[in-house]
Amino acid sequence: MDDLARTRPESFFSDRFNVTASLLDRVLGSSLLGKVDDADIYLEYRINEELQLEEESVKKASRHVSQGAGVRAQAGTRTGYAHTDDISITNLEEAARQARAIADRAATSATVAVVSRGRPHDLYALAEPPVAADLGRKLDLLRRLDAAARAADPRVRQVIVSLTSEEIVMLIATASGLTVGDVRPLTRLSVTVIAEDRGRREIGSHGGGGRVPLDWFLEGERWRRYAAEAARQATLKLSAVDAPAGAMTVVLAPGWPGILLHEAVGHGLEGDFNRKGTSAFAGRLGQKVASELVTVVDDGTIPNRRGSLNVDDEGTPTGRTVLIERGVLVGYMQDRLNARLMGMQPTGNGRRESYAHPALPRMTNTFMLAGEDDPADILSSVKRGLYAVTFGGGQVDITNGKFVFSANEAWLIEDGRLTAPVKGASLIGAGPEALTRVTRVGRDLAFDEGVGTCGKDGQSVPVGVGLPTIRLDDMTVGGTAV
Amino acid sequence: MKPDVLVAVLARATARGATAADGYLVEDRHGGASVRLGEVETVTHARQQRLSLRVFVGRASAAASTSDFSRGSLERVVDEATRLARATAEDPHAGLADAAELIGEPPDLDLEDRGAEATPEARIQVARACEAAALAADPRIRNSEGAECSDRRARYAYATSHGFVRSYASTGFSVSVSPIAAQNGEMQRDYWYSSARKRTGLEDPAAVGRTAAARALRRLGARKVKTAEVPVIFDPETAASLVRSLAGAASGPSLYRRASFLLDRLGTTVAAPGVTIVDDGTIPGALGSRPFDGEGLATRRTALVQDGVLVSYLLDTYSARKLGLASTHHAARDGAGVTVGTTNLMLLPGSAAPEELIGAVRRGFYVTELIGFGVNGVTGDYSRGASGLWIEDGELAYPVEEVTVAGNLLEMFAAIDGVGKDLTLRDRTASPTLRVGRMVVAGH
Repeated sequence: MDDLARTRPESFFSDRFNVTASLLDRVLGSSLLGKVDDADIYLEYRINEELQLEEESVKKASRHVSQGAGVRAQAGTRTGYAHTDDISITNLEEAARQARAIADRAATSATVAVVSRGRPHDLYALAEPPVAADLGRKLDLLRRLDAAARAADPRVRQVIVSLTSEEIVMLIATASGLTVGDVRPLTRLSVTVIAEDRGRREIGSHGGGGRVPLDWFLEGERWRRYAAEAARQATLKLSAVDAPAGAMTVVLAPGWPGILLHEAVGHGLEGDFNRKGTSAFAGRLGQKVASELVTVVDDGTIPNRRGSLNVDDEGTPTGRTVLIERGVLVGYMQDRLNARLMGMQPTGNGRRESYAHPALPRMTNTFMLAGEDDPADILSSVKRGLYAVTFGGGQVDITNGKFVFSANEAWLIEDGRLTAPVKGASLIGAGPEALTRVTRVGRDLAFDEGVGTCGKDGQSVPVGVGLPTIRLDDMTVGGTAV
Repeated sequence: MKPDVLVAVLARATARGATAADGYLVEDRHGGASVRLGEVETVTHARQQRLSLRVFVGRASAAASTSDFSRGSLERVVDEATRLARATAEDPHAGLADAAELIGEPPDLDLEDRGAEATPEARIQVARACEAAALAADPRIRNSEGAECSDRRARYAYATSHGFVRSYASTGFSVSVSPIAAQNGEMQRDYWYSSARKRTGLEDPAAVGRTAAARALRRLGARKVKTAEVPVIFDPETAASLVRSLAGAASGPSLYRRASFLLDRLGTTVAAPGVTIVDDGTIPGALGSRPFDGEGLATRRTALVQDGVLVSYLLDTYSARKLGLASTHHAARDGAGVTVGTTNLMLLPGSAAPEELIGAVRRGFYVTELIGFGVNGVTGDYSRGASGLWIEDGELAYPVEEVTVAGNLLEMFAAIDGVGKDLTLRDRTASPTLRVGRMVVAGH
């Protein structure tokens, strides 16, 4: 096993592929400099491992290696991007030539976005990265989790447990002479349970992870809680009644329901959509877009979290960006291109799925700051409504602002009390209006467990969300009970 | 193409103690251009290759893959896979497809455009023409997320440790655009596309642009409606997503995990009479066609639902053995090994014109876009965000947004009371217009 954790990205790529900083300079310098506003080369090496247990034994195990380089040149609003999975100087020069075709005309401005040097954060240095951990210990963890889920309830019929681990070594060299790298561990443990009772079948799942070592799952027996939660959800849903249909008050539980922020405002505040004027939030900086109880932050610097990065995929150090402050829109998330074109600063949100994709403005960990309300008071304040605890995915139409997210576990609230679990239902709203209807914010901010993945333009990146208990008046709930 | 790389890797696996192995190799070249408001935005160019390997040590198996074809890396991949296989459990159903079933000479399905590779300038020109037509369609089309033109040329090879090696090549071309219509401070985006195996199969880029513009324009002035239980008509694009959900529930891995609402339903009625769904991988020149599946088995035409009755599942070798059935030749390779995938999946057309289906509805909802992930494959429970047009007295009256449509997939398929005649295989999954008798539309 290669010891990637103790690798310096610069020496990793020079040892393995003979790609040194001076060669990068040559590729960037000879073919690109002076003709473009910005240019960079991104090198990536990735190991990915997946283990899966079903029917009480580990039947699937796989390990994947991918490597490649992306060369980018930008002039004005134009981007040339070429990538190859054969990292050699010849291929890099060919890629640079392809990328440059875009920038043949004289650059519109001579400024190259400047990013500070070095590696300002060290948010996930692990003594033993999860890909390197002993296989026997991983298999043991899967078996214990499986046994716990089966023991949780006699109605549990099927259990599927999976553990994925990843390690990425990246290095970026920009035309301004900056070379910066990062080594990024990531792991995720998930359990899915199928419960059956009298001909009815339901599914429950839970999991967690982050840029953490394997032992993190053992701390406080986190894995045991995942098993119990998945079994609880699946068996609870066996007795769920039809969800209501129509507009009503919705209370969101803390943690993962923060996906609301990701969909309702997060995507709409990414720099590209706002530069192009295609977001429902375009041109609204300084305006009130949420209740004054609401402050929303994107923070890529929280240690060991799934959405965190030391530097983004353009080499910009990540940061904490306030997006909405006491209801007022105050910031966008930026990559270098959109920051330059909008006359703003890059915020460390330039991210890409892999070397095969150009960077885009993306979220890291997006959350709402805690308020002052007691969560129990928030629930008891609702006469009739829905309490949503866990969610599946969500989606947004950036341009008209309409977003949905799908509740997996939800309860009816009647006279301030939870009365019955309801079947899954989508919740739909309009981004620029939804947060104006936040009438209570709890003091119980919590983050998700570390399983989120965000898709944009066909690119997936790991992200995090966080939310305290909140009350939203007038959300449309997509059930079937009229 | 380097099938010899594949053969060498399989030989090494056998030498390292694997009792059987198979491998899949993909090499592809890709180019694309995007244009926004007439200006070039992105030009991309790529070459990629990936070798994936599955090894069996007795009845235990593991998979590995790499994009690094250096000798050292290929050797590491083999060693990792055999090491992992020794750590996994024996599974009586694991193994390669029966050698006697493997394809002989693959048919020529006309999947490859043999013309010269497009130049970046040619792609830019197509994207420009597409977007320009959208922008010129109406003064209310004021902005755009851009137009894109791309093409791909790929070669696939499959080999087993028993000496089977077959390969084929395919190409793909596509053009798409997302214009934005604006009026009175409201903005609406929509999208249209054309994809084909051959360059000449692409629709006129300007026609694609005009369709996209018309789709965006008809959303202007959209409103929410009152919650109601009404007939719901799905246009061909959204109807195809229903067919995709049904196929997901009919796929082997969902079934043997008991995670499907179609479990134990083979031979029973799962849809209204007149609903027939087929998967056909042999249609010449079609986007989902391929000569053989991810295990070397010849693709074919499989009826999934015949006149409302579920007549077949979608199976690879492993899921078939687990269920005591035969593979339906639907193995697909993903990074982690073998899974089940469809080819050209279609709900066959009926006889009604879409206008007739709409015309017979006094008050209902014509759905043109669905968002979100509210489909429960275990129960069939369905709840998604929707937009489209409201139907009043048989006419499309006004645009609707910010509502949901909800029901249960089994009940929805059973309640189909109209199948359009407008099937076009624009994509890998296609459906004509479908009318579902009653669903709950939630609004205010």
